[in-house]
Amino acid sequence: MIKDHVSTTINGEPVEFLCDPRQTLLDVLRDELNLTGSKEGCSSGDCGACSVMLDGRVVCSCLVLGAEAEGREVETIEGMAQGETLHPLQRVFLEEAALQCGICTPGFLVAAKALLDRNPDPTETEVRYWLAGNLCRCTGYDKIVRSVLDAAAEMRGK
Amino acid sequence: MDIEAPSYKWVGTRPVRPDGIDKVTGRAMFGADFSLPDMLTGKILRSPHPHARLVSIDVSKAAALRGVKAVATAADIPEIPVDNAFVGDAPTNFRHWSSNVLAREKVLYDGHAVAAVAATSPAIADAALALIEVDYEVLPHVIDVKDAMRDDAPVLHDDLFTAGVEPKPDKPSNVAKRVEFTLGNTEAGFAEADVVVERAFRTKAVHQGYIEPHAVIANTAEDGQSQVWCPSQGHFMIRAACAKLLGIEISQFRVFPAEIGGGFGGKINPYLEPVALLLSRKSGRPVKMVMTRAEVFRATGPTSGAALTVKIGALKDGRIAAAEATLTFEAGAFPGSPVGAGCMTGFAPYDITNVKIVGYDVVSNRPKCCAYRAPGAPIAAYGIESVLDEIAQRLDLDPIDFRLKNAAKEGTKAAYGPQFGKIGCIETLTAAKDHPHYGAPLGPNQGRGVAAGFWFNFAGQASAAVNVNEDGTAIVTYGNPDIGGTRASMAQIAAEVLGIDYDKIRPIVADTSSIGFNDITAGSKTTFTAGLAVHEAAKDVVGQLRERAAKMWDISVDAVVWENGVARPASSNAGDFDPLALADIAAMAGKTGGPISGHASLAATGAGPTFAAHICDVEVDQDTGRITVVRYTAVQDAGRAIHPSYVEGQMQGGVVQGIGWALNEEYIYGSDGRLQNPGFLDYRIPVASDLPMIDTVIVEVPNPNHPYGVRGVGEVPIVPPMAAVTNAVASATGVRMTELPMSPPRLLAALENGS
Ligand code: FES
Ligand code: FES
Repeated sequence: MIKDHVSTTINGEPVEFLCDPRQTLLDVLRDELNLTGSKEGCSSGDCGACSVMLDGRVVCSCLVLGAEAEGREVETIEGMAQGETLHPLQRVFLEEAALQCGICTPGFLVAAKALLDRNPDPTETEVRYWLAGNLCRCTGYDKIVRSVLDAAAEMRGK
Repeated sequence: MDIEAPSYKWVGTRPVRPDGIDKVTGRAMFGADFSLPDMLTGKILRSPHPHARLVSIDVSKAAALRGVKAVATAADIPEIPVDNAFVGDAPTNFRHWSSNVLAREKVLYDGHAVAAVAATSPAIADAALALIEVDYEVLPHVIDVKDAMRDDAPVLHDDLFTAGVEPKPDKPSNVAKRVEFTLGNTEAGFAEADVVVERAFRTKAVHQGYIEPHAVIANTAEDGQSQVWCPSQGHFMIRAACAKLLGIEISQFRVFPAEIGGGFGGKINPYLEPVALLLSRKSGRPVKMVMTRAEVFRATGPTSGAALTVKIGALKDGRIAAAEATLTFEAGAFPGSPVGAGCMTGFAPYDITNVKIVGYDVVSNRPKCCAYRAPGAPIAAYGIESVLDEIAQRLDLDPIDFRLKNAAKEGTKAAYGPQFGKIGCIETLTAAKDHPHYGAPLGPNQGRGVAAGFWFNFAGQASAAVNVNEDGTAIVTYGNPDIGGTRASMAQIAAEVLGIDYDKIRPIVADTSSIGFNDITAGSKTTFTAGLAVHEAAKDVVGQLRERAAKMWDISVDAVVWENGVARPASSNAGDFDPLALADIAAMAGKTGGPISGHASLAATGAGPTFAAHICDVEVDQDTGRITVVRYTAVQDAGRAIHPSYVEGQMQGGVVQGIGWALNEEYIYGSDGRLQNPGFLDYRIPVASDLPMIDTVIVEVPNPNHPYGVRGVGEVPIVPPMAAVTNAVASATGVRMTELPMSPPRLLAALENGS
C-alpha cells in the first residue's frame, strides 16, 4: 500500500507523517506520532474519548482520516497545558475530582475547552448538551459538569 | 480494634490525587498506550454462531500469509481436566475459562473466540483471520433464561448436572445450580399477614460499559520469561490465570499494571492476556492486542439478565411477616452467575423472621457473565424493593418509615447466615428521610420513589511497603490497580500514620514481582484492605523511626514516642532532647542501621457491610413514554470516608449506572442468536444531558474492624437505583413496571393498557 505524505500542524508545531490512506487521524496520532493522550473507546464516533480540535472545531478523530489533516491545525490534549501551567479546566478537574479512571478525561477536557472558547458563560444545561457526545462510565457526570461550570466562572473572573 | 479518635490531619480531606497531572495531560499510560519495538498485532477470530460444534479449523492458509508470525487455537493450550479446574479455594473454574479464552469442541455464543493470529500489521492480521477456515456444525441455540430451563431446550454442556438438588439429576441440563437460604417458616408468616403482594419481574443482561476496551502487550523471551502489560482489576490474578491456563509456573511471569480505564468487575478475568502470551511465545516477538468495542460487547462482561418472583407479607402495623423470592439468573455460556450474592443481599437490609430465597444459575448461548458492581444485588433489590414499595402503599405507610420499622440493626440475623455487628442501616434510612429532597414538592407528571440496598463488602490479601527516602520523603508501594483514585487514599493513610505531609508521599502500584501478593481490586475492598496494609507498613516505619531516635539519643526505645511527624522523649525523665523529624532520622539512616523500610502482608477480615438509601424523582412524558430523572439523592454509610470526593464519585457513578440499567441498557438478540447492539450507539449508556446532578450524603457509622472505621463504598450505590426509579415511575403514573429497561416503547405500552 502506497502511503500518503501529510504536512500538518499539531499543537502549534509543524508535523509531517506518512500514513496508510485508510488510517484514521486517531490511529496516526496514537500509532505513528506516539500522541496516545487521545483515547479510542469505540472508533465509531459514539464515545468522544478521541476528541481533538481540527481547525478550531471539536471532532472525533476516529471519524477523520489521517490524510484529512493535510494543511490543517490539530490540537490534542497534549497541547492543552502551557509548559508547567495547567489549563484552568485541567486544574479544576483535579481539584474537584472530576475523574475516576481517567480514560474519558482527555476527551472531556478537549470538548469542554471548545465549549468555553465559544461560550464563556454556559448554563448547566448547555454544558450537559455540549458534552453529551462524551461518555463517562465512572463519575455519573456530576463532578465533570460542576468542574466545567467552576472553571468557566474562574476564567471569566480573570 | 479500637477506633482512633477522629481528629485526623489527612483522613477525610480532599487532596489532589498523586496521579492526577498525568491523567489530565494525556500522559497516563492505559492499556492500549504501550508499544514495544518489533511488536506484532494480535487479533481474534470469533464465532458468528451462537451454538455450533467445531468440526475442523484449518489455519494453514492464514499461517502461510506473508507477515503472519503465529496462529493459535485451543489445540495450543492444555485442556484443563475437570478434577483440576480450580486453584486453591477460589471459585474460578479454569476449565471453563480455558474454553472461553479459545473455544474447544464447541462455540457457545456469538463472539466466542475460535482462533488467533499475530502479524506484522493490523491489516495483515485481518487478512489472516479471513483465511482461517472453520467448519461449524450449527446446533440449535437458546438465549432466554426461561427457555433454557425447559426440558426440550438445547443443552450446552453434556457434563452439567444441576448441583444443589437431591437426588442428583440423571440427565444434564442448563441449570447449573440451585441455592436456597431460609430462616423461620414463611408459610406460617404469610398466614398471619394482613397484606401479601406477589410479583414477577424480568431484567435484561447489561454490560459494565467501561470506556477502555481490553488491551494487552505480552512479550516472551527465549528462556520462557514473560512480561505482560495490561489494565486489569488485579495483575496478580492475571498472572495466576495465565499460569494456570497455559500450564506455566508463576515465577515465569511479570505482570505490569497499566492504568485501567474502568472495570466495574468486567476486568477481573482473563480474555486477551493468555492469547497474547501464547502468540508471543509462538512468534518470539512482543504481541499487542486491543479489542474493538464490538468485541467488548460480544465477548466480555456482561452481568446476568434475570427472571424473579418476589412475595412479601406484612402486618397492618408495618411489620414484615414473611418474605420469599425466587431468582433465576443467566450465567451465559458457562456456570457462574452471581445468583448466590443476589439471594444473600436482597432481604439483608431488613430484620425478617421468616425468609425463603431460592436461586438458579442457568447457562444459555450468551457470553460468559462476569462480575458487575455488587454482582447480583441490584437485580434482587429491584424486585424486592419494588414489592416493598407496593406494600407500603397498600398499608398507607410512608415508604421510609415502613423500611425503618423493619430495618436491620446490630444483632439482626440475616437470612444468609451471619448476625450483623455494628451497621448503619437505620442511620442511612433516617438521613434519607431527613433530607430536604424527601419533602420537596413535585411537579406535574412527576413522581418520587425510594429504595434501599445492601452490600457485604469484601476484604482479602494485601501487601504494602513504605520506604523512607534519604531526604525524608516516602514511597508507598502497593499492589492493587488504582481504578478510581485509591493512590490518594493510600498516601493519606501513610501521611496520617507518619505525620508528614501528603505531598511528601508518592504512592505507586507495583508490578507482580515488586511487591507481595494482592487480591483483586473488586468487592469494594481496596481502600479497606490495601489501606490496612499501608497502615501497618507505615506503623512498621514508625517503630523503626523510634528505634533510630533511641539509638541517636542513646536511650531506650520505650522512652521515645512518635507524634505529629517527630520523635520526642516520652517524658522529661527520658532525657532532654530536641525532637527529631522524619527527615532528620532519614538523613542518618546509614549510620543508625541502614534503610528505613516498613512492610506489611496480611489477610484482612471484617470489611463491614454497607447500606444505601436512595430518593429518585422522575418526570414521565405521557405521549412518548420517555422517563427523565429530574432529581436524585443517594445516602450511604461509608464507615469513614478517607477522601470524601472519591466516595461521592463512587456513589454518583453507581447511581448513574443503575439509572442506565433501569431506563436504557439491554443486550438485544435476534432470533438468529446474534447480539444486535454491540456498540455504544445502540447500547445506550446514560450521557450528561440525560441526567441531573446526583446529590450525595455520606453517613459515617465507623467499622469497628478498621483503625479509621472504613467500610467499602464502591458497590452499594448501584443496588437501589433500579427500584428507586421504578417506584418513582409508579408514583408518577400509577403503573408498576415489572420489566427492565423501562424504555419509552415499554412504558408507553404499559401506560396504554394501564397494567
Ligand atoms: S473512539 Fe472516537 S468517538 Fe469513540
Ligand atoms: S472517569 Fe472513567 S470513564 Fe470517565
